[in-house]
Amino acid sequence: MDDHQTKQERATEAVGNSPPHLTRHRLTLYVAGTTPSSLRAIENIRLICQENFDEKHELEVVDIYQRPELAEHDQIIAIPTLISKSPNAMRRIIGDLSNTDLVLVELGVRPKI
Amino acid sequence: MPEANNSQSVLKKCKTGIKGLDEITGGGLPERRPTLLCGGAGCGKTLLAMEFIIRGAVEHNEPGLFVSFEENKEELTQNVASLGWDLNKLIEEKKIIISYIYIEPSEIKEMGEYDLEGLFVRIDRAINSIGVKRVVMDTLEAVFSGFTNMTILRAEFRRLFRWLKNKGVTAVITAEQGDSTMTRHNLEQYVSDCVILLDQQIKETILTRRLRVVKYRGSNHGSNEYPFIIDQKGISVLPITSLGLEHEVSTEIVFSGIPRLDTMLGGNGYYRGTSVLISGTAGTGKTSIAASFIQATCQRGETCIFFAFEESMNQIIRNMRSIGIDLEKWVKNGLLLFHVARPTLYGLEMHLVTMHKLIDEFRPKNVVVDPISNLNAVGTTYEAQMMLLRLMDFLKARQITSLFTDLTVTREVIDQTEVGVSSLMDTWIVLKSIEAGGERNRGLYVIKSRGMSHSNQSREFLLTSNGLELVDVYVGQEGVLTGTARFAQEVKEKERTLRLRQELESKKRELERKRRIMELQIESLQAQFEGESEELETQIQSYELAENRLDKTSLRMAELRKSDGM
Repeated sequence: MDDHQTKQERATEAVGNSPPHLTRHRLTLYVAGTTPSSLRAIENIRLICQENFDEKHELEVVDIYQRPELAEHDQIIAIPTLISKSPNAMRRIIGDLSNTDLVLVELGVRPKI
Repeated sequence: MPEANNSQSVLKKCKTGIKGLDEITGGGLPERRPTLLCGGAGCGKTLLAMEFIIRGAVEHNEPGLFVSFEENKEELTQNVASLGWDLNKLIEEKKIIISYIYIEPSEIKEMGEYDLEGLFVRIDRAINSIGVKRVVMDTLEAVFSGFTNMTILRAEFRRLFRWLKNKGVTAVITAEQGDSTMTRHNLEQYVSDCVILLDQQIKETILTRRLRVVKYRGSNHGSNEYPFIIDQKGISVLPITSLGLEHEVSTEIVFSGIPRLDTMLGGNGYYRGTSVLISGTAGTGKTSIAASFIQATCQRGETCIFFAFEESMNQIIRNMRSIGIDLEKWVKNGLLLFHVARPTLYGLEMHLVTMHKLIDEFRPKNVVVDPISNLNAVGTTYEAQMMLLRLMDFLKARQITSLFTDLTVTREVIDQTEVGVSSLMDTWIVLKSIEAGGERNRGLYVIKSRGMSHSNQSREFLLTSNGLELVDVYVGQEGVLTGTARFAQEVKEKERTLRLRQELESKKRELERKRRIMELQIESLQAQFEGESEELETQIQSYELAENRLDKTSLRMAELRKSDGM
């Protein structure tokens, strides 16, 4: 639990003390070093965030080799995994996130088709 | 271990510490390789895997990692606490790591390519933290519920097993059994070094668990289905049939407890470590012979277990007291252990395992099973036979002298036991009730006694208040006689002998008398002769006197006549 709390605190610090917003997205992407799928996922999610979210969104990229304890806490098995804890219910999107439309649907930005 | 270093080709094995499993696998699981443990729900996969980890940590000083996909640490701790293991303590001592991996399928959405590197990193971290030597993944297939891309999963599993090998850990991967395949997701395709299958069957409300080594690359292994149980001390597998016929043979002889039976067997009793079968119809005294045997063993100071499947301990003790055998004394001083169970209480395997456990714990020199025929009530004759075969092998391997009683129903066929195990026995004693002249008596035969020149005669067998006695039966023109008939015959015999002796003596007396008469006659004749001869001699003398006198007289007369005729 300690890990979780520190991470949350750290994430909050990163965006300053701005009040929580309903549509504020908090995303964590777990990757493993510089594997092709990891690199692709990082690129894809950055693009998605830039194009769809305002600057209030939080995106944290965690390298499981560097921070294995975070991966453990978040029950990460597959790599890459994008975890979305807010604003909707916990979602895990695994894969290189190459299908932008589906990612947006999963994140609740776009309605389901 | 210098041996292992010398020969790389010899497969090293990792002792599980699980009772029986190491015997079946010839020393344990393949070291530094993954083993697949498959079976249906609730058949003991998790427990077996956990026991592997715990025994490794406690008994072999090999730290373990238990990756659980189904139960969390608290649940696992509770589950094994009932088996006397304190998981929390082992975790604190850094001997075991429990890693609970939780997968919630509804949260997960797959998009594009991925791998399971997260799992690898996690296992790697745990392995490195305490120097893990043993890894369990229970059950890896849970991953299949969360992810759908089979191509990726298969590739990743292949990679995982290779990776585990490279890490130098001995791994146990559990998997659910499929409908027609060993595992639901064909994991056996990837883990090909060793595959163990667990199975459970319920037959007539009795549950039997079985274990089978399906495959063991580079090693021979017992290939049968071995029954196993889960009890207060963990898992016990029965490896008995793998022992084969290589047990040691003893020439030492143990007394049967019945002196005349010992002589009938051609020596002084049974060979140590052999199996003795006492078969007979109801009420022929099978238990009594067993009790005599027990008494003899306990008097020697040897231990014995009495497995009673028919009567309670107190009942047996009371009954045996009536023939002068006090079993209670031996129970009290710890030489005799009673194990009483209804045959239908649990399955044959469970009986067998219980017997094994007791024998391993109590380490008796002798074992009595009374009766084996009741075991038929639980399984088929074949199953009972197999069970007994296993039990006998087990006992022989430990040089335990065993005595089995068997109740035969048909009185005509004595050469066949109910359970059909007579051929396995070294000594076979048959008790038969002989019905004749309105009474029933007990007869005893030694049908066989391997390696002994046993008697071919039958004996009548008496239960007296001083124990068992064997008496010769009467065999003569009138057939085999027992009981009162034998007694009557004996009396008759005695009378005849007496009469003969009387006649003989009277003849002798007659002879004596006649001799006396003859002697008397001789004596009287002699006396008569002596009398007569005396008389005659007197007469002779008198005649001589007279003659003399006559001569003198004529001389005198001539003198007087002055005759010159002289």
